[in-house]
Parts: sequence; structure tokens; C-alpha cells
Amino acid sequence: MSENVLPKQFQTQGWVKKLTLFDWLFAIALLAGSGYAYSEYASYMDEYEVGILFGSALSLIGLGWGWKPSRLLFVVVSALSLFAISIYNPAMQALAEMGVTGQAAIDILNNDKEQSKFFLKFLISSQSATMWMSALFFMATVAYFIELLGRSEFAGKVATALVWSAITMGLVGLLVRWYESYLLGDGIGYIPVSNLYEVFILFAVITAMIYLYYEMRYETRAMGGFVLLIISAAVIFLLWYHFEKGASEIKPLVPALQSYWMKIHVPTNFVGYGAFALAAMVGIVFLIKERALRHNPSGLMATRLPATDILDDVMYKSIALGFAFFTVATVLGAMWAAEAWGGYWSWDPKETWALIVWLNYAAWLHMHFTKGWRGAPMAWWAVIGLFITTFAFLGVNMFLSGLHSYGGL
Amino acid sequence: MNITQSPKTYKKPSNKSILLEFLGSMNLAISILVVLAIASIIGTVLQQNQPYNDYIIKFGPFWHEFFSGIGLYDAYSAVWFLILLGFLVLSTSVCIYRNTPVMLREMRQFRLHAKAKSLKSMKHAAVWQAEPEQVTAAHLIQKAKLYLGQFGFQLRDEVFDNHHTLVAKKGSFNRIGYILTHVGIVVICIGGLIDGNLGLKIKEWAGEIKIETRDITAKEVPAISRLKADESLSFRGSITLPEGSSSNFVFLNVRDGYLVQELPFSIELKEFRVEHYESGQPKSFESDLIIHDNEREKFETTISVNHPLIYRGYAIYQASFGDGGTQLELAVRPFFTKLSDSNQPPRIELQGEVNKKLTINTLQGKYILEFEDFKQFNIFPNEDKNINKQFINYGAMLTFKARDESGQAREFINYMSPVKLEGRYFYLTGMRATVGEDFKYLHIPVDSNASVERFFKFHAMLNDDARLLQMAQATVNSAVRAMDRGNEQMQQQVAQAMVRLTGLFRSGGYVAIDKDIKEKVPQEKQEEIAKAYMGVLQTALENMYLLVLREEGIDISKGISEADNVFFEDAVSALAGLGFYGAPFYLQLVDFKHREASGLQIARSPGKNTVYLGCLLLIIGIFMMFYIAQQRFWLMVVQAEGDGKMELIFAGSTNRNEFGFNKRYRKFSEQLKALLLDNK
Ligand code: HEM
Repeated sequence: MSENVLPKQFQTQGWVKKLTLFDWLFAIALLAGSGYAYSEYASYMDEYEVGILFGSALSLIGLGWGWKPSRLLFVVVSALSLFAISIYNPAMQALAEMGVTGQAAIDILNNDKEQSKFFLKFLISSQSATMWMSALFFMATVAYFIELLGRSEFAGKVATALVWSAITMGLVGLLVRWYESYLLGDGIGYIPVSNLYEVFILFAVITAMIYLYYEMRYETRAMGGFVLLIISAAVIFLLWYHFEKGASEIKPLVPALQSYWMKIHVPTNFVGYGAFALAAMVGIVFLIKERALRHNPSGLMATRLPATDILDDVMYKSIALGFAFFTVATVLGAMWAAEAWGGYWSWDPKETWALIVWLNYAAWLHMHFTKGWRGAPMAWWAVIGLFITTFAFLGVNMFLSGLHSYGGL
Repeated sequence: MNITQSPKTYKKPSNKSILLEFLGSMNLAISILVVLAIASIIGTVLQQNQPYNDYIIKFGPFWHEFFSGIGLYDAYSAVWFLILLGFLVLSTSVCIYRNTPVMLREMRQFRLHAKAKSLKSMKHAAVWQAEPEQVTAAHLIQKAKLYLGQFGFQLRDEVFDNHHTLVAKKGSFNRIGYILTHVGIVVICIGGLIDGNLGLKIKEWAGEIKIETRDITAKEVPAISRLKADESLSFRGSITLPEGSSSNFVFLNVRDGYLVQELPFSIELKEFRVEHYESGQPKSFESDLIIHDNEREKFETTISVNHPLIYRGYAIYQASFGDGGTQLELAVRPFFTKLSDSNQPPRIELQGEVNKKLTINTLQGKYILEFEDFKQFNIFPNEDKNINKQFINYGAMLTFKARDESGQAREFINYMSPVKLEGRYFYLTGMRATVGEDFKYLHIPVDSNASVERFFKFHAMLNDDARLLQMAQATVNSAVRAMDRGNEQMQQQVAQAMVRLTGLFRSGGYVAIDKDIKEKVPQEKQEEIAKAYMGVLQTALENMYLLVLREEGIDISKGISEADNVFFEDAVSALAGLGFYGAPFYLQLVDFKHREASGLQIARSPGKNTVYLGCLLLIIGIFMMFYIAQQRFWLMVVQAEGDGKMELIFAGSTNRNEFGFNKRYRKFSEQLKALLLDNK
């Protein structure tokens, strides 16, 4: 052996060398896709939107390379969405020739007995995809609890697969909705992160993705059922909102929302909300575990749930992730406000509550990191944090009036 | 805070260091964060900067005094809130001041001097033995360097008396992250302070300016309530500009009053446009502005929501819109009057203007008309299945209040063009007595010329008692002639009853007749009489209507057309409702000249870029702090003493992400052990 070369088995490749063919294909496909979008639609985009387009492609490549399973997710989601669009296109044209356009045409394709396209009606129109997402999340919740309580590894694998499928359907639902909004004609089209209905789908999807990441990192499914409870709650709200209030109808955007800022502000915000929600649910698992250890150390909960320091770690990481993204989102929001309302900070209730959420988690992080606080109080605090976050997210729109009131129920 | 605990010999702390200790303490920091959060809540629960009258009504005078005294109506610029923010800045600054030197030092240090004992006591540490005959320390260190170097560590090694130490270090930027984050917060607060209204407050305290609370025009505002163009560093004001007008000032809302902020240029609104979606929702608001500046050439530009104009450090935003005084051509059509001398229903023409008032005289007294709003397009979902259209435009609409002599006002909305409902066209006019109610609509049917003429003629003829009596007598006569018999007195009675019933109907509709029966007729006969009355009334209305048609020159000898028949029924329904309409006239919108106004917001915030810089530092800092972990690995090769074995100590430490680090440490220690000790 030469002095300056390590034996093969000790050599580590740099991360670029570690990339597989699939990684490269994935990246090329994403770049090609955004290149195509650019060549087709450049005239509709301003320079910021072009930046956002390629920026998102690069972020997705980064995410795919950093977290391998997500590559397949994006491939499947793209394929399904393109398939849906390929059905929509000729069918819409045929209807247009008969003089039916816009929402009426979409309704016909989705519901009318003779005209309806099987796939659109039952699978991948935006609404059916969203319904599938809802059902799959419910099923996954049940499966995780079967795994936990029945010690069934098989159920656990099924649960994970169900969550992946639910995420897929949720994303397809959003993407197809995006396309549908453009079918309504007359400059109505918009990115579907603009009203409460749409962001609830986004919330469910993002929270589930963050969860799956931790599930893999920590190799435990025991938290799954609990995390999915909050997702299921969101889905129940979504369904209520859909059926009671007809919220799934696509309505054009008010002028204040027609801004490229929204495209980055809202998704960033929801990484924050999703991560905070996850942290709170893990906090609950922590509290259950701790109680079980005290009262019944050999019981199911005490033995099956992850160790408290793992739970603490997940909770901390999740809050840190949420805090980082929430900071970015709040800054983006301030920059948007500067452009739309004439001031980067107006002490509008929504803004103020974002600040409250932010201060709360800043205090939490200091307690955890610099004072080394651990254990039940921090878990409780994370749970309370979710209430504060929920109020900032929903309560403000319902109870307080302000500049953000177009986000109301 | 463990990082600042450096082992020092005990010295009595000075006052200054006690103060710094207190200000930089984590407990204080966390308390401020929490208190600030709670304080912020107050301002969101209590609506800020509302008219003071609203507060007085809500809380009563005592609490109102108290709340306004402690600044709760403008909490975020209240003194106590600013002091809280000040403490946050102070505490964070002290924290940076105390921690930065320690952190920078620690960043640069490799800690080559670590002792074997302290390495062994680390959480991640392993001790291995090697045969000194087979390898040299330098050789081992060299191999370890090759191995660890692959992972991007900075390496440093040093030979000591009896040992050789290698340190691999990574992620020092974590500490920079701390500094950036906290400096970012201070920078943001400084920027915010520049843009805050502290300067204004101080001037107010000093008595240099006074808040104007009267409702007067901008010109009348005295100098003490005016701010010169270059006087304020930052402000945020608003102005409503009607089309064709210009302004070189804006209003700043302050508590229960305002100030006038002058601008170094003037803004003229050339045109304001609202574009609509098919559904009638606004799609975009745009203002064509002309900026007149003495120092520069005037220029034209267009702003819209989300696309402001930044000019000389002033940002001009499209904020809202409204009516800028649309000119209205109106016709008052009084109810409850007879035909005029020219045999036409009376009609008085008027000119009005939105946002202005007008007084009219009616037989029922004086009315003040307050024109509140005008909308050119009113789009509603289409409920008519026969039309393949999702939305219908109802056209121009005027909103106004009519205030009678007693001061009571009712609100009306009138559409200019007829609206199609259930296949027929009507002029719609809605009324409500209080703001909370829904509008109740009167449907005035249109005649064959799409006008209200026939309806008003019919109505006016019914209001003419002489004609009514004439018609009644003729009706009775012809009925009697048909029977070929007669009693003069009874004929007269029937005719009079007909007049009376019609009179009841025109003042109070069917309700009035019903009431009349209930009062005058014994219970058991009521139903029978009601039927008879309805018959008489119907006959009277029909015959009067036939008169109207005849006067229009329509040949009714072969019966009347279906359309005229439907008109009759609609007209009777409308007449029945007149008594409840709430105004003794119908105000017809004949024509208009639209004039819109654009609500502009004008702001100057010189601190903005400072704030953005702070945000950038904050964000970069946070990501560095969270996602770059400072990691150190030590490999210490301790020379054998005598013929003993060589001792290898491998240890690692990190300042975050223990969980991930643990995995890495295990991998490193396994591989290194194999690499260094396995000689095969
Ligand atoms: C709004 C105010 C503040 C915010 C948003 C903030 C934010 C943060 C964040 C996000 C962390 C990282 C915590 C972690 O890694 O989990 C941190 C760490 C820290 N903060 Fe603050 N901070 C603020 C004010 C302060 C103040 C006033 C002090 C002084 C007492 C302080 C002292 C520290 C210290 C010592 C650390 C640990 C740094 C390290 O060892 O890596 N912070 N801060």
C-alpha cells in the first residue's frame, strides 16, 4: 500500500460521485421540464417568476438528491398530473366546440354520465385526487395504530405506503387544480396556494413529508399514528369545508393576491406550520411515553414508543426546521407587504400573530439549546405552541379583522 | 450559558459587569421574548386606531379614558411597548458583545492541547492499543489524516513530549451563524426604529405639532398640524384622488385625528381603471398618474396593486378606490299624486353628484338625498336557465339615503336599466331602514318602450279621486244596464265603495283592505266580504288599466294582449307594495358621467433597506446555526512507556445534533480502528 492512498474499503466518495444514474436523470428531467415551461410560457412570466420557476426546479433536485425516496414521488406525481392534463386537453376542446367552456365544462367532464372521462371522474381530476388523499390519510392513520397496538410490522409497511400514496394524490390534486384554474379562462389561473382550501391540502402534504423523513431517519413508525392524527384533523376540516361551504370551487384572485410573492411566501410558511404541528404531536407522544414509563414501565406504550431522548431530538429538530422556514416566510411576507400595502410591517393581526409564534419558538429554542431544558415541560410547551400557531393560521382569519381578511372562512 | 463560563479566579464583580450579566442573561432574554409576545397579543385583540367614538361606545367613558391613557389603541407605538423592544435590543446586543470574542476564539482553536484524561472522559471516546514495534505514531497520524481528510475536515497535528495529537475540525461557521442571527435582530430593530414614529412623538411631546381632529379640508388645516416635505424621515399616509385632480400632500392618521404631510411633488390622477373578471370580481386596479415636480420634468406612469411607483424615495401605492363624484342625471317620480295638467305623470329633473347632498320638496315634506355610491357594473350569477351565461351584468346602480324632516334616513339602491327576472323586465329599487337589514325590492314593470311611464300613469290615475269616481260610476252603470234594472242610490253606494277600496289599496295595499274588514265587519262575515271586496277592487283596477291602455292609443276592442295582461298583474303587485316603500317618490337614474377616485398610499421608509439587511443576516445566520454543526475529532497517539503498548485515544464532540453525530462517530471509530490497527 502506498503511503498516500487509503485502501479501497476506507475510501469515501464525494457526494457528487455518489450520485446515481437515476439522480442525474431526475435532475435532467426537472431542468428539461422547467426549460420547456419557460419556452412555452415565458411571455406570461416576469423575471421573478422565471427565477422562481428555475429556483423551484433546483430546490426539488436538491430535495431529491438529499432525500432519495422523494425522487420517485416527484416522478409519479408529474406523470399522473401530465396524464390528467392530457385527458383534459382534447376533452375540453371538444366541449368548447359545443360552446361549453370554463367551470361548466370541467363539471361536465367530472360528473356528467355520458361525457365524463373515467380517469378524471374517479382518479385524477383535482377534486377526486383530493378525495383520494383524504381517504388514504385516514387509512394510514388506522394502519399506524394497528402497527403500534397490534405489533404488526406488515401494517406498518402498509401505513408508510399509504402515506406516500396520500402525498402523491394530494400533490396531483394541487397540480391538476392549478391547471384547471387556467381552464376557467380570462386570466383566472393562479397557483393553488391562495385560499384556505388549498393551503389545507398543502399543510397535510407537507406535514406528512416531514414526518416520513423522520420516520426513515429514526427508523421508527411508532410516532406515525399520532402525527397522522393532526393530518387527519386537517383533512376533516378540509372535507367539511368542501361539502359544507363549497370551498373547492375555483374563484379568481383578488388583485392583492396576484403577486409572485405568494408563490414563495405561502409554501415556505407551510413548511413552518407543518413542522410545528409535527413537533406538537411528537410532544404528545413524549408525554404519553413519559407517563407510561412512570406508571406502567412494561406496558405497550412504554415499550413500543421511541425513547424519550429520540422524541426530544425529533421535537427539537422539527421546531428548528419550522423556525428557520417560518423566519424566511415572515420576511418574505414583510417584503410582499412592502410592495402591496406600502409598508413592510403594519402590525396587522396576521403579521403580529406571526411574530408571536416566532417569539414563542425563539424562546423555546433558547430554553432547549442554551439552558438545556428537556423533558415534559418542553413537550407541553411544544403542544401549546401548536395552539398559538393554529390561532395565527386560522383563528386570526376567523376572529380578528385586518388586511389579511380575504383569507377568511 | 456555558460558553461564557471561563475559569477565572474569583474577583469581586464590578457594578458594570453585574449590569452586563443581568442584561445578557438568558433568563432576561427569554422573559422579554415571552412578555413581548403577550404584549403583541393585546394589540390584535383590541382593534387598533379606530375612531375614538367607537371605543367610547364599546367600553364606556371610564375604560376608554384608561385604555387610551395607557396607549392601548395604538399599542405598538406606546411608550411601554417601545421600551420592551428597547430591552430586547439591549439584551441581544449585550449578549453579542459578551459571546462574540469567546466564540471567535473558540472557532479558531483546534484544541490540540487537550489532555488524554479529558479526551477519555468525553461522551464519544474510545481507547485502543497498538504494538509500538509495528507502527510509528507519525505513521498512524498520517493514515488518520488521509481518512478524515476525505470528509472535509480541517486537520492540524502536533508532536508533544510523549504523544502526538491530531485534531480534525469542521463547521466553525456555526458560531458565525450565532453572531449573524443576533446581529440581524439588532439591525432589524434599528431599521424599524428609523421607520417608526418616534420622531413624530417627540415633536408632539415638545408641542411642535398638534393632531388635528376636526373635519375640515386640507387647506384649512393650521400650520401646527402640517409637516413639511423634508421634515419627516419616514411616514405612511393616504389620499383619495378623484380623476382629474391632483394633490401635493397626504393625510397621516394619528390616533383619533390626522396630520397633513406635504410632498415635494404633486400627484395628478389622470384615469383610474378597474378591470373585472367575468364573474364581476375585480381583477385589477390601475391608476394613471402624472407626477409634477418643480425640479424635474413631469412624467406619466401607471401603478397597480402590487406594482407601486418608487419616486425620490417615496413609494406610491394603489391602495383602494371609490367614487370621485360621479355626475348624476336624475328624475324624481313622486308617488301618490295625480296626473299633471298635461295629462302626464309628474316628473322633476335633477342633477346630483356622488358624495354630495340635495334637498327636494315633496307633497309629504322635505327630503334630503345623500348620494353615497355609484357602481357602473353589477354582476351577479345567472339564475336564468334559458341563457347560456354564467353571470349577468345588471348595469349601473346608485346608492343613496333619503332623510326626511324628522331626520330619519332610509337607504336605497336603484338600478338604472331594467333587469330581467323570470322572463320579464323590471326597474329594481331596493330599500332598507337600517344598515343591518337586507334590501327589500320594489319591482316596477316596464312598458313596451322599456320605460316606467305606463306604470306611473296608471298609478297617477288611480290617485285621481275624480277620475276614480267617474270610472266607478261608469263601471256600475254598465253593470246595471246589463241587468236592466236600477236603484239610483245603491248605484251611488257601490261606486263610492269602489273609490274607497281603491283608495285603501293605493295607500296601504291589500293589508289596508284586510285591516279595514277586520275592523268593520263581524267575524263570521269577514271571509265573504273579503271576497266581494277583492272582486270590486279587481274590477276597479282593471277598468282603470283599460283607460290607461286606451289613452295610449291601444285598440282593446278585441281584448288585451298577453304582454299587457302580465304588465297589469306586475303593476298591481308593485302598487300593493308602495305603501311600504319608505319614500314618497321613486328616484330614477337617467344618465351619469362616471368619475372614479383612486385611493393612494404614500410611504417613505428610509429604514427599509436596513431592515432587509438585518433579515438577510438573520436568515443566513439561522440556517448556519441550525444546519452547520461544529464537530471535532481527536486522535491522540500516546507513546508506549517502557515496553508497554502504544495507546490510541479517539474522541469526538459536537455542539448540536448528537443523534446524527453519534452515527458518524461510530462509523469513524470502527473504520479508523480497522485502518490503523489491522495490519493485514
Ligand atoms: C428575538 C430575539 C432572539 C432570537 C430570535 C434568537 C434566536 C436564536 C436562535 C434561533 C438560536 C439557536 C438555538 C438553537 O440552536 O436551537 C439562538 C441561540 C442563542 N441565543 Fe438567541 N435569539 C434572540 C435573542 C437572544 C438574546 C437576547 C440572547 C442573550 C441572552 C441570546 C443568546 C443566545 C445564545 C447564547 C445562543 C446559543 C448560541 C450557541 O451556543 O450556538 N439570544 N438564538
